[in-house]
Amino acid sequence: MTDLTLPDLRRLTPVDPIGVSERVARLCSRSIKSDSKREGLLRVLSMIDLTTLEGADTPGKVLQLCAKAQNLHASMPGLPQVAAVCVYPTMVAVARNAVADSGIAVASVATAFPSGQAPLSVRLDDTRAAVAAGADEIDMVISRGAFLAGDYQQVFDEIVAVKQACADAHLKVILETGELGSLDQVRKASVLAMAAGADFIKTSTGKIQPAATLPVTLVMLQAIRDYTHDTGRMVGMKPAGGISKSKLALQYLVMLNETLGERWLNKTWFRFGASSLANDVLMQLQKIETGRYQSADYFSKD
Amino acid sequence: MTTDKQRLPVSKTYKLFIGGQFPRTESGRYTRFEVSGDAPPVNVCRASRKDFRNACVAARDAFGTWSATSGYLRGQILYRIGEVLEGRHAQFCAELQREGLSAQAASAEVDAAIDQCLHFAGWTDKYVQVLSAVNPVSSPHFNFSAPQPTGVVAAVAPAKRGLTGFVAAILPAIAGTNTVVAIASEAHPLTAVAFAEVLHASDVPAGVVNVLTGQWDELLPHCASHMDVNALVLADVDAKARAECQIAAADNVKRLVHIDAACLPGLEQDGLDAVGDLQEIKTTWHPVAN
Amino acid sequence: MSESGNLAFEGSWQYSPAPESTEHVTVKADYGLFIDGAFAPAVSGEQYASINPATEQPFAQIAQAGVADVDRAVAAARKAFDSVWQPMPAAERGKYLFRIARAIAERSREFAVVESMDGGKPIREARDIDIPLASAHFFYHAGWADKLQYAWPGRAVAPLGVAAQIIPWNFPLLMLAWKIAPALAAGNTVVLKPAETTPLTALKFAELCQDIGLPAGVVNIVTGDGEAGAALANADGINKLAFTGSTAVGKSLIRTLAGRDVPYTLELGGKAANIVFEDASLDEAVEGIVNGIFFNQGHVCCAGSRLLVSEAIAEPLLERLRTRIETLRVGDPLDKNTDVGAINSKAQFDRIQHYLDIGREEGATVWQGGSAAPTTGYFCRPTLLTDVAQSHRVVQEEIFGPVLTVQTFRTFAEAQAKANNTPYGLSGGVWTDKGSRIFNMTRQLNAGVVWANTFNKFDPTSPFGGFKESGVGREGGLHGLRAYLKAEAMV
Repeated sequence: MTDLTLPDLRRLTPVDPIGVSERVARLCSRSIKSDSKREGLLRVLSMIDLTTLEGADTPGKVLQLCAKAQNLHASMPGLPQVAAVCVYPTMVAVARNAVADSGIAVASVATAFPSGQAPLSVRLDDTRAAVAAGADEIDMVISRGAFLAGDYQQVFDEIVAVKQACADAHLKVILETGELGSLDQVRKASVLAMAAGADFIKTSTGKIQPAATLPVTLVMLQAIRDYTHDTGRMVGMKPAGGISKSKLALQYLVMLNETLGERWLNKTWFRFGASSLANDVLMQLQKIETGRYQSADYFSKD
Repeated sequence: MTTDKQRLPVSKTYKLFIGGQFPRTESGRYTRFEVSGDAPPVNVCRASRKDFRNACVAARDAFGTWSATSGYLRGQILYRIGEVLEGRHAQFCAELQREGLSAQAASAEVDAAIDQCLHFAGWTDKYVQVLSAVNPVSSPHFNFSAPQPTGVVAAVAPAKRGLTGFVAAILPAIAGTNTVVAIASEAHPLTAVAFAEVLHASDVPAGVVNVLTGQWDELLPHCASHMDVNALVLADVDAKARAECQIAAADNVKRLVHIDAACLPGLEQDGLDAVGDLQEIKTTWHPVAN
Repeated sequence: MSESGNLAFEGSWQYSPAPESTEHVTVKADYGLFIDGAFAPAVSGEQYASINPATEQPFAQIAQAGVADVDRAVAAARKAFDSVWQPMPAAERGKYLFRIARAIAERSREFAVVESMDGGKPIREARDIDIPLASAHFFYHAGWADKLQYAWPGRAVAPLGVAAQIIPWNFPLLMLAWKIAPALAAGNTVVLKPAETTPLTALKFAELCQDIGLPAGVVNIVTGDGEAGAALANADGINKLAFTGSTAVGKSLIRTLAGRDVPYTLELGGKAANIVFEDASLDEAVEGIVNGIFFNQGHVCCAGSRLLVSEAIAEPLLERLRTRIETLRVGDPLDKNTDVGAINSKAQFDRIQHYLDIGREEGATVWQGGSAAPTTGYFCRPTLLTDVAQSHRVVQEEIFGPVLTVQTFRTFAEAQAKANNTPYGLSGGVWTDKGSRIFNMTRQLNAGVVWANTFNKFDPTSPFGGFKESGVGREGGLHGLRAYLKAEAMV
């Protein structure tokens, strides 16, 4: 991967935020009903990185999460599994054992998540430890300070280094778009991360507001489209944080469908980072099934 | 003491004013104009359709540069017209008297015309503000409307009011950065040509105002039908001719403006409408975001 | 599955049909003329069918007004002007307009469905654009009724009298609002003739006027073809004519009014250039191009029907544009996911096809994208014409359909020259990230509305109207209001 070079980030296509918000509004006006709604919701379920990232996480909490990931709702047979569980590095081993060979991946945040404010060596050790403990996927954070200071080479080199530390694990690069200040910066960070070898680009840690938004995601999807066009390499997308309702998740899916299209419309290339989205999707699916609106009391909270 | 009577005065040739030059009509035709007093008659150019066409080309050529001038500069130029007119007060009184006005009426006419020039000189850097608006649209856009010139204006001066009528026909147009082909009153060709000389001496760029003398009933159909004329200013034209103009003007959706010669802008009423009638409102939108 | 570049659309996840319900909509089998507060058949008894262009089925029977009907409507408007509307305190007039605004909003869904069924436009646009803007237009002008003296300080304002208004079929209720709201706010009464093919929302509006208690004769609606429009323009008692429609008809109306003291405002055709510079926000420009030409099937006088793109980015821009067009859904106007609905009438459909034939003969490359079009009804897929020249008819003439011509340019001066090289001057678009260039190009374009880094935006406060053969006068905002008033300087 040593042949990777930082692209000229001064020559990027500018982004007009009003135009982006108008495009988003139009995408959100899509009416997803009946069969397309059910199919969409099932796809959403299969794309979820079921997440717990609390200082208070314990092996017990992670075990419950893994149980939920494999068996979303007992009374609804035939549901897909979520794509992955997402935990801190210290919980990777627990999760690895729990999901075993279910097909659910174990994702771990790393690199001194969520701030990234630790020496690079510490962040690389953090990454290696998570991989060694069995993580299939690593969600790293970029150095926003360096990025905002214009030190793109440093950010680039760090991503390259983390990618190396990941070995065979997939690397998702968190841009923390809520700290970048503009959609132009989001596009710039997306281009930088993909050029540095990111397998996925991801909006947010979930610890900063705003987390994932539809406009930010649209700009990142467009950046992926252009990168894939230019290099032939597909890159995945993961909005994370604040996506807790089915309707919103379907809006993301519509955006994905009409921006990158069919080839990205699966868990290999798109993930939702979410903790409570799954239950809302389950309630909606149950409502479609039964015709009755549902109560949260009937769905397990893990 | 006998030399004055013996000296033969030099008589003036009244020519057209096109593209900053004073050509004779390409047609070689003239109208014999009987002057008041005991001076011999004057041969006034009887402009042709081709002269009108040449004047339109000159006006179109001048439009780009003139419409890009600042209001401040145009104000200076229109003020200078008034200044030069003041300096030639006696000459204009004489021309008007040759056209039949009394000395008193001629002097009042010149005074009023000079004041009109100053009135419109003052409008050049103000009408845009008065006619503009920032529009509070409900979407996140900055939106404003401002006037832009209509383009090339054909202006038929009123038959009466030899000088103020002529000034009222052209100054609102050029104050608002249009260029003009003016058709002089048949009753006041001498004053119109003398005024062209004032324009020539006042830093008005070539082609911004072109002055034709001739028979308005001959020239009017060309004014109304010419496809590169954007607006037609009419004064003292009878209802039938006005209707015919409107029918011909429809071919390129020419703007029609009527001046009531009894109530000239810049005299009895302010000239804002006269300027505004020859403006197009342009509205511009732009998103507001970072 | 449609593909563009390495992207594939319309794959395994298909949107199910999402038709808007028509249950809450009541449309009578036939409608009379609305004169002096009541519906009545035409004196001649003549009727014609309004057709739903998406199904080619008759929607309702409509009265064909003749000269006698028009004269009766003008007389009713005159009587209402003299006896009720002008004497009424301005604030009270304003309150009627507020009522209308609210009543439209309350019935917005019904109006949207009727608009879509009668004219073929996508329900999404009728619902999100036409009807809300129509309501907003009345709300904005309502507030002007008692404030006219502040609009033109130092001037004595007075209404003109009876305003004759003729509107087109592309935005039926919205154009009605653009016409009626300022007229009433300024104290005029109106006789309005909706387009022959799209009279229904105007007639529903007449019902609304009855319901809110608008005094009889203040608003009169006469339906029919061009003959009815001509009768209205020729009517003796009118004090103002406002028209939106084709340039050809606009010119004939100017001639009709010759010799009469009837001021006019005209909103006519256009052939707007949408200019994209190499530093533009490309995805937003693509969206603006799409909104510019495919909004309302391109039945928009201010449509951005000529794309002028810098040679430096022509290829990537067009690739993005084609990709975006592939996601457009052509079909049932009542489906909430439809992007491009039905062409308004068979005549218009034939006209568009004729222009595509002309384009082919002139050497244009014709590319069509988006979903497949239904086989019943009048539909035209979004179309790009490349390999065209400024001299081609498809570049010079208004097609009024979802057809975009594509030309490239090398310099600012070339773009400006091509943009202005048309008898029209209604609108224009410019896309660039450079502020100084925006101000330069927006000033240089000979057009009444210029959208910079956006396109096809409308607002009641924003004046709209054209230079040159695109019309006379403005509608909307302060400048539009002026066209319905005398505003004499107070000496």
